[in-house]
Amino acid sequence: MSPEGGTPVLEVDGLRRAFGGLVAVNDLGFAVAQGEIMGLLGPNGSGKTTALNLMSGVLRPDTGTIRLMGRDIAGLASYRIARLGLARTFQLVRMLDGMDCRENIKAGLAFQKPHLPAAEAEVRIDTLLDRVGLAGHDRRPAADLTYIDRKRLELARALAAKPLLLLLDEWLAGLNPSELMIGIDLIRSLKADGITIVLVEHVMNAVRALCDRCVVMSSGRKIVEGPTADVLNDAAVVKAYLGGVAADA
Amino acid sequence: MLEVKNLRLAYGLHRALDAVALNVNSGEIVTILGANGAGKTSLLKAIAGVVRTLPGKQVRLAGRDISALPAHEIVESGLALVPEGRGIFGDLTVKENLLLGANPKRARDGETARREQVLELFPRLRERAAQIARTMSGGEQQMLAVGRALMSNPDILLLDEPSLGLSPAMVQELFATLRRVREAGVGLLLVEQNAQESLGIADRGYVLENGVIVGHGSADQLKSDPAVQRAYLGGGLPAAAPSS
Repeated sequence: MSPEGGTPVLEVDGLRRAFGGLVAVNDLGFAVAQGEIMGLLGPNGSGKTTALNLMSGVLRPDTGTIRLMGRDIAGLASYRIARLGLARTFQLVRMLDGMDCRENIKAGLAFQKPHLPAAEAEVRIDTLLDRVGLAGHDRRPAADLTYIDRKRLELARALAAKPLLLLLDEWLAGLNPSELMIGIDLIRSLKADGITIVLVEHVMNAVRALCDRCVVMSSGRKIVEGPTADVLNDAAVVKAYLGGVAADA
Repeated sequence: MLEVKNLRLAYGLHRALDAVALNVNSGEIVTILGANGAGKTSLLKAIAGVVRTLPGKQVRLAGRDISALPAHEIVESGLALVPEGRGIFGDLTVKENLLLGANPKRARDGETARREQVLELFPRLRERAAQIARTMSGGEQQMLAVGRALMSNPDILLLDEPSLGLSPAMVQELFATLRRVREAGVGLLLVEQNAQESLGIADRGYVLENGVIVGHGSADQLKSDPAVQRAYLGGGLPAAAPSS
């Protein structure tokens, strides 16, 4: 199950979470190696976002362990998990719309420990805006940003936490083809910086371009795990998830 | 069926739509191409009456002037919108959301049969009929938004990125369904980020740039138009076209 070599950044084992009678995540286990991009795929309602919510502390698991750099974080409050180096984005982007880009990132920095001195924080915000391609937009209200720029800002806010592990929940959804290329390059550059990434994504071109390995879920369980090309050619995956879309389309 | 003329919309000083004219016939799928920020979502909202437009527009549905109608009466007259960001009633059940979709008088008679069609299209909604909508996954909520709009028995259906968040297999199912909806005589106006996919099922398309319609043609013409290809279809990545 473990990727070859090194201590996994993330190790999930026996993870389970039920909502009433519905077991949304069932005995889920996988590991993500340092610097890897792992795709978490599966049909709608298969439990992908619930799995991210368990890892990031939005939800508490019923059972199971989640190890971040070897430390069990299962059930910790989300702000503690964030301080330990796990950041995430959300399916529907929610920024502080009444505030500008600079203030939105400042909000991301404000809850960190130790606090950055104000002058350093300003410099760091500029670096983050530049990092995601929003240099010069620092005083624009978040509400005025185009869709991709909102996505960029959300990413900058997540990066403000200096994450070891970044969970991206359909970050590329809704981008047009040219924006998609920009977005893929941006995520790839995060990997080059050494950030480990778990990517929930339905945009198959992006999964092919970015993911080293994939885990495929169905009805809360892992059904397939392996290198991306193998997984996307797997008969069960094609049937449950891809439909008639050939893996090499 | 749907005729729009001189549609203008401004947010403060920003002119979002200017002198937009388009038409959608019964039984055809028309797509709007354009970059993010071009005004596609504004266009759909303006037609559906959920944003205030500048004076002078003409919107006719089946020959009737609906320009001055409030949004709920526009739905009554046969036009439904699947909005961006789902807009479902999160605290209601799936079944209740669908029932609300069938609230217009024009939709009440055939409600049971139409609900059956919607549930056939999205079997997941049948399984989840009694579930509180906000507790479903994002993709499932998107299915519900599309299903609810279909429940209003529209003559014209406006769809703002209906495939957002759906799995590849579900996107194919959705597009197959949109074809069936077209065959039933409904006119569809479709906005999709993946222009390749939307041109794959559309009959015609309009190109929107900075709030102005700058091009119009059959889907085949637009697909092979170099300017459209450069601007909206992307060069580097092969887009996954739906296998029809």
